[in-house]
Amino acid sequence: MVDLIYQLFPYAIAFTIPLLITSLGGLFSERSGVINIGLEGLMLMGMFVGAFTITRIEMTNPATAVWIGLLAAVFFGALFALLHAFACVTLNANQVISGIAINMIASAVTVYLARLITGSGNVQIIRGMSRVTIPILSEIPVLGRLLFTQTYATTWLVLFILAFATFLLYKTRFGLRLRACGEHPHAADSAGVNVYLMRYMAVMISGACAGLGGATFIVTLSGEFNGTAAGLGFLALAALIFGQWKPWGILGATFFFGFASTIANVSQVIPVLSQIPGIYLKTFPYVITLIALVLSSKSSQAPKAVGEPYDKGKR
Amino acid sequence: MNHIVEMVDIRKEFPGVVACDDITFKVKKGEIHALLGENGAGKSTLMNILFGLYQQDSGSIYLRGDKVSITNPNIANDLGIGMVHQHFKLVHNFTVTENIILGLEPTKAFMINTRSAFARISDLSKQYGLNVDPDALISDISVGMQQRVEILKMLYRDAEILIFDEPTAVLTPQEVQEMMKIMRGLIDEGKTIILITHKLREIMAIADRCTVIRWGKVVGTVNTEDTSEEKLAEMMVGRKVLFELNKKEAHPRKEILSIEELSVSGSAGRKGLKNFTLGVRCGEIVGLAGIDGNGQKELVEAIIGLRKADSGRIMLGDEDISTLSIRERIETGLAHIPEDRHKHGLVLDYTVQENMILKTYYREPYSSKGLLDWSFIYEHAENVIRDFDIRAGEGADSLARSLSGGNQQKAIVGREIDSNPDLLIAVQPTRGLDVGAIEYIHQRLLEQRDQGKAVFMISLELDEILDLSDRIAVIYNGELVDIVDADKTDENEIGLMMAGGKRGVAT
Repeated sequence: MVDLIYQLFPYAIAFTIPLLITSLGGLFSERSGVINIGLEGLMLMGMFVGAFTITRIEMTNPATAVWIGLLAAVFFGALFALLHAFACVTLNANQVISGIAINMIASAVTVYLARLITGSGNVQIIRGMSRVTIPILSEIPVLGRLLFTQTYATTWLVLFILAFATFLLYKTRFGLRLRACGEHPHAADSAGVNVYLMRYMAVMISGACAGLGGATFIVTLSGEFNGTAAGLGFLALAALIFGQWKPWGILGATFFFGFASTIANVSQVIPVLSQIPGIYLKTFPYVITLIALVLSSKSSQAPKAVGEPYDKGKR
Repeated sequence: MNHIVEMVDIRKEFPGVVACDDITFKVKKGEIHALLGENGAGKSTLMNILFGLYQQDSGSIYLRGDKVSITNPNIANDLGIGMVHQHFKLVHNFTVTENIILGLEPTKAFMINTRSAFARISDLSKQYGLNVDPDALISDISVGMQQRVEILKMLYRDAEILIFDEPTAVLTPQEVQEMMKIMRGLIDEGKTIILITHKLREIMAIADRCTVIRWGKVVGTVNTEDTSEEKLAEMMVGRKVLFELNKKEAHPRKEILSIEELSVSGSAGRKGLKNFTLGVRCGEIVGLAGIDGNGQKELVEAIIGLRKADSGRIMLGDEDISTLSIRERIETGLAHIPEDRHKHGLVLDYTVQENMILKTYYREPYSSKGLLDWSFIYEHAENVIRDFDIRAGEGADSLARSLSGGNQQKAIVGREIDSNPDLLIAVQPTRGLDVGAIEYIHQRLLEQRDQGKAVFMISLELDEILDLSDRIAVIYNGELVDIVDADKTDENEIGLMMAGGKRGVAT
């Protein structure tokens, strides 16, 4: 049993990380007052851009290709999110509908481009990111084996971003203003904060994070773009709500989803679990999500002004 | 002439209305200048122009003698103008300090330096006697305290000209007294105050001068020393105003509404109702006084059936209505004038005749065999329009949206009284109405009482409660504080009870 956990842990963490960074992106957007249902589409964009960039350059720059791919995904994620920001902030569109549109555009555009380029609709990378065992730290009993062996560099990058985001949101001027925009935009406006600008920035940050999430999934777990984000973006959104719009809350929520999904995925090869019908294990994380969302909806900490286009005249 | 603010020939039009019709308004340094007018007279628009939220179509503004152009609130801030809005602009889950520094955060190595802000806010709070805890969360402090945070926000920005938009609307009489003390303190420190209000008594008590606005035009500016409440009211309305209602003696009979040990849970973040017991008799008006958010909403919703009671009984006559559906309650003899006439009173895009049958459309003679009888419905609406003096351009065919606020309210009052209820629940029946419409609705409520019906009125306007009620119940924190005869009490006593103090017990 203990060995099983040791075996599962690296996979669970690897699965958690793309969810976590995407969810964190959603946190920025929603804390500024813009619902971002488009996380799925933004992630898909990141997957495509990441995979495509890497296939173009991995022959010539094998050492840096993965990182350049991640960077490109971040950039295009932010750029694509600009569309959502424009619709929601400048045009005062319904944020849910704009998010759905983002998802539809993303899957259409990426699949179209992938077919055009490769002919098959799949974009496969040759080498993903390699796992490293951190010297010294991995010697720590128990924790060393759980956390510091067979890790991806992206895991540490995302955890660093999580810590930095927490600092940004709660300790800096930018964070205070961003949160004010999500709770009471009129208060922010009358205090001289540019609500439109803050929301634009927040939505673009969410695009950048979701793009990174998508590309991370490609370089660590899947190795190929196949035209779908498989609901990961929606799972990230659920984690955002489950985690009550708080950075450390979503860390817990995404890890829970990551661990549960990993168990479901590997259940066939583990004797103890293979007796349970696969369907139960596969649906387990989603059923728990539903239950968790129903339970936590009572005491929701959602930003008060989330979903409302900011209208200067209305007060 | 040392006018600190001069607004000359300010004109502002909105589609279909002239909100400010060449208004000239001048304020001297160091005075409290009241801006008086009915709802919709244009006083808030004028002040929003001064604060940079709107731009005037024509006219100019001079500050300390210099012509200025105030295109957004930041410029107003820089020019030393601050405003306390009627609806506070505070983030509920931020601390007092965070709310005050928002937009002007002092930083140190990229981090917000709350310590230096904290010290400055404590000093200001002490200097002006505001007594605010800079570390408290906004959602944890009282409305009166929140207002002081708004004042601190202005002071933190070094504002010299302070605009208060209806500052006393949300306060108890005692808090109003303190507020006035604070205002005088601000004047002593060299600030100038512009006070937007429609409460005559407060103007007489605190203002030095008063400018009266009616229908977007300045009626005049007077020294409060040379005028009286009656004269100001006449200027505001344009005719003599009756301050006394034609109120006969009440002849209460048997109890029609009995609320017994009623407990209701509140919506998220609001207090509910705890073991509330109250009776309303036929032939009397019972007024429920209390500060907003102390359980009034839950009580009303529980009575009319919009909210489930956790425990307790609601008896209407001999029937326990607490488990009945809303329609069954209405049929038992309940009528309701809702607090928000746009949200719960009318369907704004329906015509007046359609709105008149919202509660009765399914019944004979309004419909038969599932079909509406439009000719009868039209006739019925025309009757109500005539009986209740509703001014509607196209009569029963007018859209509810096209009616003025007063006439919308009269339409609701007409519909509810026309259903001949045993009990009429009137929530804030005159909110946002002009003096004429208020008088009219008050008379209809009294008439209802004199015909032997029961009226249960919930209002935040203490004057309205004192004028109309035969008995006054006070609610605080979801509990009944006490119930007293209206002619044996006064504003002060009710005010103390509204803050939770029992009768005869000093707080």
